[in-house]
Amino acid sequence: MISVKNLYKSFGERVVLHDISTDFKVGESNLIIGMSGSGKTVLMKCLVGLFKPESGQVLFNERDMVSMNEQEQSSIRQDIGMVFQGSALFDSLTVQENVIFPLDMYTNMSLGEKIERANFCLQRVNLENVNNLYPSEISGGMKKRVAIARAIANNPKYLFCDEPNSGLDPRTAAVIDELISEITKEYNITTIINTHDMNSVLQIGDNVAFIYQGNLWWRGDKHSICETDNPELLEFLNASELTKRLIK
Amino acid sequence: MLKTIGQYFLFHKDVFSRPPRRKLFWRQVFAEIWRLGMDSVPIVILLSVFMGAALTIQLHFGTDGQWIPDYTIGFVARQTIILEFSPTVISLILAGKVGSRISSEIGTMRVTEQIDALEVMGINPANYLVLPKVIACMFFHPILIMLSIGFAIGGGYVVGVASGMMSAFQYIYGLQFYFNPFDLFYALFKTVVFAYLITTISAFYGYFTQGGALEVGRASTKSAVQSCIMIITVNLVITQLLLG
Ligand SMILES: Nc1ncnc2c1ncn2[C@@H]1O[C@H](COP(=O)(O)OP(=O)(O)OP(=O)(O)O)[C@@H](O)[C@H]1O
Ligand SMILES: [Mg+2]
Repeated sequence: MISVKNLYKSFGERVVLHDISTDFKVGESNLIIGMSGSGKTVLMKCLVGLFKPESGQVLFNERDMVSMNEQEQSSIRQDIGMVFQGSALFDSLTVQENVIFPLDMYTNMSLGEKIERANFCLQRVNLENVNNLYPSEISGGMKKRVAIARAIANNPKYLFCDEPNSGLDPRTAAVIDELISEITKEYNITTIINTHDMNSVLQIGDNVAFIYQGNLWWRGDKHSICETDNPELLEFLNASELTKRLIK
Repeated sequence: MLKTIGQYFLFHKDVFSRPPRRKLFWRQVFAEIWRLGMDSVPIVILLSVFMGAALTIQLHFGTDGQWIPDYTIGFVARQTIILEFSPTVISLILAGKVGSRISSEIGTMRVTEQIDALEVMGINPANYLVLPKVIACMFFHPILIMLSIGFAIGGGYVVGVASGMMSAFQYIYGLQFYFNPFDLFYALFKTVVFAYLITTISAFYGYFTQGGALEVGRASTKSAVQSCIMIITVNLVITQLLLG
């Protein structure tokens, strides 16, 4: 479980996150939704410690990520898997080497075992026959999926996904959503997903937080979101023709 | 300016920590020797042969018809090449070549969030990315400089003797005339220091790049310029200390 308490983050004069407090539950898919530029990525980077918030706490099972020293941070991070919005694959390594990378760092598996594990993870994201290609040789959606395979390779306890299915076709997107939700329940991990895809929300949203201009505006789940009367959230939902019909 | 210098020294603390995985680390060092070092061999050889040749021709015309023995050419060529040309000029070339490569590689990794990805995995990116490059260059640049000395002297020999400016005996006699092995030590010591400056300065500019492709380009230019300035300055200091 990850709890956020009174988190503030600004860049210079500009306040991006304003007093965010919420819990992300273990064994559930925790979704963060909001418009482009609302602060989802910044929030996620504050959670994993890439951005230092001005004030507030980020508790990983009661241990505060913000105030701990580098060694403690590094030990928690061995249990973190993260998918960046721009994939962030290592472009000097092949697809397979990218997925093996966390295993190289933190396990004593033999090469054979590592390759087997990498292939298993790549299969789960529906990728085959790309093991020896470099990131520059595969499509954007494929990169996203390799990034997911890399994030889950070392069985993380905390999984962070920044828009894991943007840039994917609806079918693959659904497969990825299902996969993430499956892993979350199977291994009982804490998963946090940034998205503005309403399909994902309705499919796997066990726990949904709506961020509006850097504020936590609304909380609920995939059922209660359809009955909301929050005007800003409604505006966000009604932007999509499909959800508009669904909610009416 | 002061802030940058402070940041540069703080950067050292991250770079020079102990690598968590020893085996992986040495594998990376060898990969970097291959990528950064071997890659520079052809250009170093080419430059050295031509510079050595040009130097000999100039010395020949400078001394021709005067009461200076021919072997002086070999002697002066050797001294110039060992003391200044190979260690300093070739290091300046490497600052451009190796330095801009390091800073653009690391800068690109920064702006495409690959460095963030390393950090989230609990890896110290400065240590993981930079230390192998520093070690590789400090080890391999002296080898490049030895090669350069050899080829520059060889280049001088070829034009000097082949064009009949002087006899082979004279040139070789000049090469051996008053040879002090300390000069070689001085050259290699300088080279190691320059290699350290090139790699840490360019890695520093790459590592703290902010923005996009434009800034990566700017960082790589800046790192080449800064490394060159530092090489020239430190060269003066080392020369004064060791030879002065
Ligand atoms: N490094 C930074 N420096 C300054 N401002 C930043 C930085 N990163 C983000 N911001 C600002 O923070 C705000 C929130 O950005 P963020 O990336 O979190 O949006 P987002 O919700 O993830 O949007 P999207 O859905 O488009 O990814 C934006 O207004 C952005 O300009
Ligand atoms: Mg974002």
